[in-house]
Amino acid sequence: MNEQPQTERELFIPGHYGCPGCGATLALKQTLEVLGEDTIVVMPAGCWSTLIGIYPYTCLDVPVMSVAFATAASTAAGVKAGLSIQGNEHTTVLAWAGDGGTFDIGFQALSGAVERNDDIFYICYDNEAYMNTGIQRSSATPAGGWTTTTPDSALKIQKKKNIVEVMAAHRIPYAATASIGAPEDLRCKVQKAKGIQGTRFIHLFASCPTGWRHVPELSVEISRLAIQSRVFPLYEVIDGERWQLNPMPDKIDVDRYIKPQGRFKSMTPEGIQRFQKQVDWDWRVLQSRCQSIEKEN
Amino acid sequence: MKKVLMGTEAAAVAAKLARIQVVSAYPITPQTVVVENLSDMIGKGELDARYMTVESEHSAMASCIGASAAGARAFTASSSQGLALMHEVLHYAAGGRFPIVMVNANRALAPPWNLYCDHTDSLAQRDTGWIQYYCADVQDVLDAVLIAFRVAEQVLLPVMINMDAFYLTHTSEVLDVPDQIAVDEFLPPFRPDHKLDVNHPRTFGNVCGADLYTSIKYQRQRDMLTVESLWKQSAEEFEIKFGRMHPAVDAYRHEDAEVLIVGIGSVAGAMHLAADRLREDGLAVGSLRLAMVRPFPLTGFLEATATVKHMVVIDRDVSFGAEGIIAQEIKAALAEHRRHIQTDGFIAGIGGKDLTSEKIIGFVLQAINKEGAAVRAGLSLWAEVLP
Repeated sequence: MNEQPQTERELFIPGHYGCPGCGATLALKQTLEVLGEDTIVVMPAGCWSTLIGIYPYTCLDVPVMSVAFATAASTAAGVKAGLSIQGNEHTTVLAWAGDGGTFDIGFQALSGAVERNDDIFYICYDNEAYMNTGIQRSSATPAGGWTTTTPDSALKIQKKKNIVEVMAAHRIPYAATASIGAPEDLRCKVQKAKGIQGTRFIHLFASCPTGWRHVPELSVEISRLAIQSRVFPLYEVIDGERWQLNPMPDKIDVDRYIKPQGRFKSMTPEGIQRFQKQVDWDWRVLQSRCQSIEKEN
Repeated sequence: MKKVLMGTEAAAVAAKLARIQVVSAYPITPQTVVVENLSDMIGKGELDARYMTVESEHSAMASCIGASAAGARAFTASSSQGLALMHEVLHYAAGGRFPIVMVNANRALAPPWNLYCDHTDSLAQRDTGWIQYYCADVQDVLDAVLIAFRVAEQVLLPVMINMDAFYLTHTSEVLDVPDQIAVDEFLPPFRPDHKLDVNHPRTFGNVCGADLYTSIKYQRQRDMLTVESLWKQSAEEFEIKFGRMHPAVDAYRHEDAEVLIVGIGSVAGAMHLAADRLREDGLAVGSLRLAMVRPFPLTGFLEATATVKHMVVIDRDVSFGAEGIIAQEIKAALAEHRRHIQTDGFIAGIGGKDLTSEKIIGFVLQAINKEGAAVRAGLSLWAEVLP
């Protein structure tokens, strides 16, 4: 256990059970390529806990522990404590949870781990609803979005929870957004986080053709449009205080992001306007946070 | 070494002697002293372990599971509402075959809010797949934790060591605290064959199909059924080494008993006294404490009850709509293996009511004479109900 693995091998092997165009599979593939073999993955219920494959099959060639829905952070912290007391401080313990397992049911355990600054790397692959159970609303679902529990007759009213702000409020050593639409940026952030001690959190945007009602081949494109439109801007927060915006492409209207997705088809023109207004506001707030830090520096 | 310790302190000393490596816990009365003491021992460097100050009991058990999966010896303590909050992850601990040991202080469940003794908290976790042991006294707490780790790591199943709120948690006794060297000889380090290991990647608890699921559960049942005999072996070795007995079935004056008083936990002493006094009056009475409730120690139970014609079962718990849980357990054990034995169940000693020998004598007399102060609700008699 105390020896680091010697050889480099493919850690994401063929045979996953995900839908065509699944953003969450790309997300973990890219993450594991950076983290390497010296990684233990803790996975709560979610798309990934089924798309990994049915026992004895698995598409991951790293140790994986499937855990109770609410316990990604707490189990991962326990794994780290167990390794640490045996003298292993080098293995990365990756808690890999969806938005339901992070924003909702796993939130308390996550808050606890971050407050204690447990030495775990937590990545939330966010597909903005409970996709594994059949597209139900989570607190990561955007306002105006369709899900099976926010159907056309009762679209979601509440705004999406800003999980990175919440993480920053814990004074977490490292928090960032990342996207499968910006793989180089994602790799850099995973690499950076790997080298930091304490809790690290990445909010990873992972499109879902099945739940978002877009064609599978658009997964990466939709994720890029989310960045361009500022629906999902890329930034980092160091120690919960230093906000840094990553290089962003030219801004486009949210229309371009909304239109290819069936989940927004019942959104009225007024709804789209409200969505745009919210995105613009959030973007200005984020910019001012990052600029004020730049000025201080 | 002789020491005066409360049950909570004894549990902490035992965990230290067991060289636990990870303790993860959340405060709840009357358990808290256990983990306060452990935190201090770790802080002072007397125990080389990681202490996790988690934000809930659910996370406490989840992190014990993580630590155990990584190959570390994990320990926690809880009680009542905290144990109830853990319920989901208790299944994960047993199903994942993680040999965690937990000390539970048996306390009443709300509402109404109450801090005192009641066994429903742990008996409601009966079907989670944990080995359950109920202590008679504070020495039993200390010793049982050591035996528990040994058995848990042999069979790869978690063990819950239960002690009655306040009667044991906050009562001091003169204890014999074993030497570390002797404990190390009795309890070798935890070296699991399978653990989270980057050099040997495996999945733990992955989704599986129906055939395999059934077979995995069947194997667990087979393994659980070996625990009565595994406990016996370890308890016998413990007795040779330390001179104290901790059987799964603790019977007293039972050899020729016609009437047997049955209960769990710290009521053992009052049951002995009651049996003695009733014997003085010419009744062939014995007593039996089920130390182990899961797995049900069937072999020991049947041996100890060979001559019995009448059982008086005391339950500090109830399964609403049925009867006392231990009474149900006794009837289930008897139904398959023995002729009908008259069984009278009393619900008593809950929420802070003391179970004295006088009260127990009253139960036995009521069971024999078919009249007394306890009032009936379904199959059970309630001894302490306000008029």
